[in-house]
Order: sequence, then structure tokens, then C-alpha cells
Amino acid sequence: MAETLGKALNLGLRRALESDDRVVIMGEDVGKLGGVFRITDGLQKDFGEQRVIDTPLAESGIIGTAIGLAIRGYRPVCEIQFDGFVYPAYDQIVSQLAKMYYRSQGNVRVPVVVRIPFGGGIGAVEHHSESPEAYFAHTAGLKVVACSNPNDAYWMIQQAISGDDPVIFLEPKRRYWEKGEVSFDASPIPLFSSQVVRQGTDVTVVAYGPMVRTALDAATAAAEDGRSIEVIDLRTLSPLDLGPVYESVRRTGRCVVVHEAPSHVSLSSELAARVTEQCFYSLEAPVLRVTGFDTPYPPARVEEEYLPDLDRVLDAVDRTFGF
Amino acid sequence: MTNGDRIPPDPEFVQLLDPDGERVEHPDYSVEFTPDEYRGLYRDLVIIRKLDAEATALQRQGELGIWASLLGQEAAQVGAGRALRPQDMAFPTYREHGILHCRGIDPIMPLGLFRGVDQGAWDSQKHKVHMYTIVIGAQTLHATGYAMGITMDGKVGTEDGEAVIAFFGDGATAQGDVNESFVWASVFNAPVVFFCQNNQYAISEPLERQTRVPLFKRASGFGFPGIRVDGNDVLATYAVTKQALDNARLGQGPTMVEAYTYRMGAHTTSDDPTRYRAGSEVEAWRDKDPIKRMRIFLTKAGIADDDFFTQVDDDAAKQAVELRERVLALPDPGPLSIFDNVYPGGSPLLDEQRAQQERYLASFEGGH
Repeated sequence: MAETLGKALNLGLRRALESDDRVVIMGEDVGKLGGVFRITDGLQKDFGEQRVIDTPLAESGIIGTAIGLAIRGYRPVCEIQFDGFVYPAYDQIVSQLAKMYYRSQGNVRVPVVVRIPFGGGIGAVEHHSESPEAYFAHTAGLKVVACSNPNDAYWMIQQAISGDDPVIFLEPKRRYWEKGEVSFDASPIPLFSSQVVRQGTDVTVVAYGPMVRTALDAATAAAEDGRSIEVIDLRTLSPLDLGPVYESVRRTGRCVVVHEAPSHVSLSSELAARVTEQCFYSLEAPVLRVTGFDTPYPPARVEEEYLPDLDRVLDAVDRTFGF
Repeated sequence: MTNGDRIPPDPEFVQLLDPDGERVEHPDYSVEFTPDEYRGLYRDLVIIRKLDAEATALQRQGELGIWASLLGQEAAQVGAGRALRPQDMAFPTYREHGILHCRGIDPIMPLGLFRGVDQGAWDSQKHKVHMYTIVIGAQTLHATGYAMGITMDGKVGTEDGEAVIAFFGDGATAQGDVNESFVWASVFNAPVVFFCQNNQYAISEPLERQTRVPLFKRASGFGFPGIRVDGNDVLATYAVTKQALDNARLGQGPTMVEAYTYRMGAHTTSDDPTRYRAGSEVEAWRDKDPIKRMRIFLTKAGIADDDFFTQVDDDAAKQAVELRERVLALPDPGPLSIFDNVYPGGSPLLDEQRAQQERYLASFEGGH
């Protein structure tokens, strides 16, 4: 059945609430309003104010109280309204949520999921278009995933909620309204796994979240020129699942990594290092990166200059043939 | 600024036992202890002070990396700790050794953290005390969330309901997390008691650097009652905390308790308080010592005699020796233990890193 990514998340959250009464949703405007993106639409009405909690407007408070609820035995799913608003909660996420299991030598589990709509491309004002994934992927104790399509959105949110790891769950906000098939009955692939989403033979393009669509579009365009791009949706940013990437790069000999976040000390830095380490003798070219720039996210009217697009991906693909 | 001869006057607070050991009547608060219970409180005070002194000594001898002494705050902690009921949950800072004692917890438990062999490591739910939290004030939000969970579990509103106590200090009241926890607890009517041990200093900074109003008055701005108690008076601290916890468990929401006390020692063993406060100030507080006043009271009331006091001192000394021996015997963790318990669900990448390090370490075998 075709659903938008946003609706698929909504259905996944609904199913999580149904299947475990310890699951609670909390965040700003998630109740009556259904969230500013309507991802929690209708859930408070059906599950009540104790299961879908409109919180005070304080992000550290959301994560801090979620940790307390988790210690009590609940499984909180927190919504951070926009990527740029997660920073007030950064201490609770990094110093408390990420480390609790470790500090307690496995005695205290805090199965909190932090949902963050991330990335740009929606013409928003500042602080509404950021890609903060590297901050979290850098933090031991957190797992970080990003969905890119409705089927993954539906399944990955349920998998994240049912596991005991604290998970930063990144949602590509500009893809919320894009439709795709959701297999409600098929069993999903594991949460922390990468997936080849388009097969190809000439070059491997790795992306996640909103950039998977861009990479697929680039692959379609390249095919018209007779160039075969393999696209891998990373899905999990921490831990990385690079088996499919290594396997692919050993075949293609070329690798391009795409994300919206700035390039400096980013997921693509890590990918480039690891692919180089593992595929050194297969590489025909260095790993190239197509990313946002090392600037603050720019004003909306120039964000298209900042965001990787089809042409920039194809340009990098071309450059891998220049070595 | 206020340094040197800064000796604040006694503020208004609930007091049931004055510094001279005289029982004081209060219109709203009283205690009814049996002689055994009175002696038990005295024993608590003496034992936690003795074990605390032992831990300080262990640090001075290089056996602990650091120690955060509770010296001077014994009554605040025993009063609050003994007011807790078995079903209640506590969220401590890193100085609540007296609370652990009152919960019947083996005193060795927190020492692993200070020796550097673990980072707390205990099961919060089993002991009904969460692990020590070092980031100032962060635990007040955990306490509030936990209290919300009590409400959601329907374990509030009856005599045997559950309540939570969140510990923090005067410095923490400036933290955003503490203020956010006040907001949360208030709007969700959470069964939590915010127990602030105002020991007058956040390391070197005096109370005046954190607030222009008495701390307990902050609560009213958030919509719940705040009350100040003589934190060097174990009887008053017990009475006030018990009332606040009972109100919480009955569904009447949060209370802030400001236990007005004094940190007689350094912030931690790494601190040098002579740089920021005068000896005369410390001396003035010595007259308000929580143990001294209890001893005078027990003697005058005929509840305890010198034999009892000697016995308690001997017991405490014996426990200190035992604790020392056990601290020295705490094993260092193995080199690969650093990889344990990072994720409940595990991580293949971490497994790889661990295996790599294991091979690296093995490469030295016989090589030294």
C-alpha cells in the first residue's frame, strides 16, 4: 500500500503503542496538534494523555524525564521538534542517556528513542534545517539511524522502539510527503543494517536519509548516459554496517558518499577512512564526498546552493573516473 | 564581595532540636521516636561521619582518586534518608553517602567510583537509589520522570503510595535542568520531593552567587510549596521530609525542602577551602554540629549514656577498618572490560575493535 513517509511513521508509532503499553510518546505539540509535522496525528486521541504527552517547552526536560521514565520501566519515544532544537538536550543525551548502561555495568537500561526531523530543503528559517547526526554518531552508547523511505520509516521506528538501545532516529523531513509502498506484512530487514537500493557496476554511491532519493535520481540520470551507479542506503549511522559497502566497492572500485551535513569530521570522513582501509587494493579512485559546506546552514533562498543535488552527485561520479 | 568574616545569621527554618541540644516545639512539625529510634539516629550520624573520615583518609593515602565528603551534612542526610519508605526512590548527587547508609546499602558500593574501578555500576531499581550523578542537577529530571512513571503506574494517591526524592545542592539551583524539573514536576503534579542541601558553597562560590532570594522561596514561583529546615537538626529534617514525601505519595504533588546546613570540609579532596572562606566562619558552624546537639539531647533526656556513645564510636571505628580493608581489596577491572556494556543490543563494530585490542595485547605476551 502506498503511504507518505510521514504517514508511515504515524502508523509505525501507532503499532508500537498498541503492541506495548510501556511505550509512551512525549514532546512539544505531539498531543492535540499531532506534532508540527503531524507525525503523531490522532495518537493522543486514541491512546490518551498518559501515553502521548504534550510536554513543557524544554528539550533537556524532555530527554531528562524520559530517562527517568525509562528507569521506571517505560519506553519513551521523544520528539524533538526540529534538528536545531536538540542542542538544549545535548547534555542529557550525551552525558546521561548514552552512558547509563555503561556506567551501571549493564544494570540500568534506558530504552529511549529520540525522533528528530532533520535536514534542509523545506525553505525554513535558521535552526530548522540542520544535520546533527555526526554529534550523535560520535557518542558511544547511542545508536543512530536514518530512514529514507516509507517502508523503512514504518518498520525502523518500531524496531528502534522495541530494542533496548537508546536510538537517535533521524527523519528526512523534506521527504515526509513523498509516497512509497509499505509492506505491512513482510518481515523487515534488521534495523542496524545497510541496504543496496539500486544495483550497479561502475561506481558505488552511499547515502542516507533525504539524500538517498537524490542518489537514486542521480543513478537514473547516469543510466541514460550509460553509466551504472550502485546506490546504498546506509540506514544505520552508528553502528555502521559497511559490509554491503565494501562488497560493492570491491566490485565497482569507486565510491562517492553523499550527505547534507558539513564534510568536516562527518559520516563521510568515517566512510572514506574505512572504505580506504578495507578496499584499498580495489579502489580505482579516492573516496569522494558530496556534502553540505563547512558553513552554518545558509538562508533558505540559497539553500539549494548548499544542499547536494543530482548534478553535484554526478559531478563527483565523473571525477572518480578522472584518476 | 562576601569573603572573610562572612557569617550569615540563622535564617528562619523549622527546628526541633537546637544547637544546644534543647528540644524546640514547632506548630506544624513534631517527631515521636522511641528511645531505640533516637539512639538509631545518633548511631547513623556517627557511623556515616566516621566512614566519611575514613574515605578522606584513603584518598590522602592515594587509595581513592577523589572523595566528596559529607562532613557537616550528616543530619540532613540521615533525616531525609530515614524519612524514606522502602518503596520510595532516591536520586542522589555524588555526596549522598548517608542516604545510601540509610537505605541499608553496603558502604563499599559507591567507593568503586571514587577509587576508579567503576562508574557507579549499581542497579538503581534494586537498591531504590539511582547511581550517583556528577553532572550538576541532571538527576533532578530523572527523578521527575521516574515520579511521572509512578503516577502512570497508579502508585500514587494512597497511604502506601510511592514517592521520589531528588537530591541536589545550592549551586545546582542555578542549573537549567533543576528549573526544568521544577516546571515538569509542577505541571504533572509528580510525586517528587526536591531536597536541596544548601551547604552554602558551590566549590568556592557562596550562596549569594547563585541566588538573590532564599532558595526555598523559588518553589512558590513554580507552583508548589517550599520549606526551609535546619539541616543540622536530624529531627526536624526527618519530620519535614517525611511530611513532604507523604504529601507526594498521597497525590499532593511536589515539595522543595531546603536543608540549611554547612559543608564543614572541602568540596572534594581536590579543593582548598582556605582560599575562599575564613576559619572563623567554619568555627561558628562547628557550634551547630549535628552530632553534638544530638548527644547532649540524648544524655539530658536519659535516652543514652556514655557507655552507649563509646559503643557506637567503637562500632563505627570497626566498620571503618573493615571498609578500608575492602577498598584496598577492590580489584582493578581487566583491560578489555572497557568494551563491556556499551550497548544492550551490542555492536559489531565494537566487537571488532575489542578483538583487535585483544590481539594487540596478546602480542606482548612474553615480550616484556
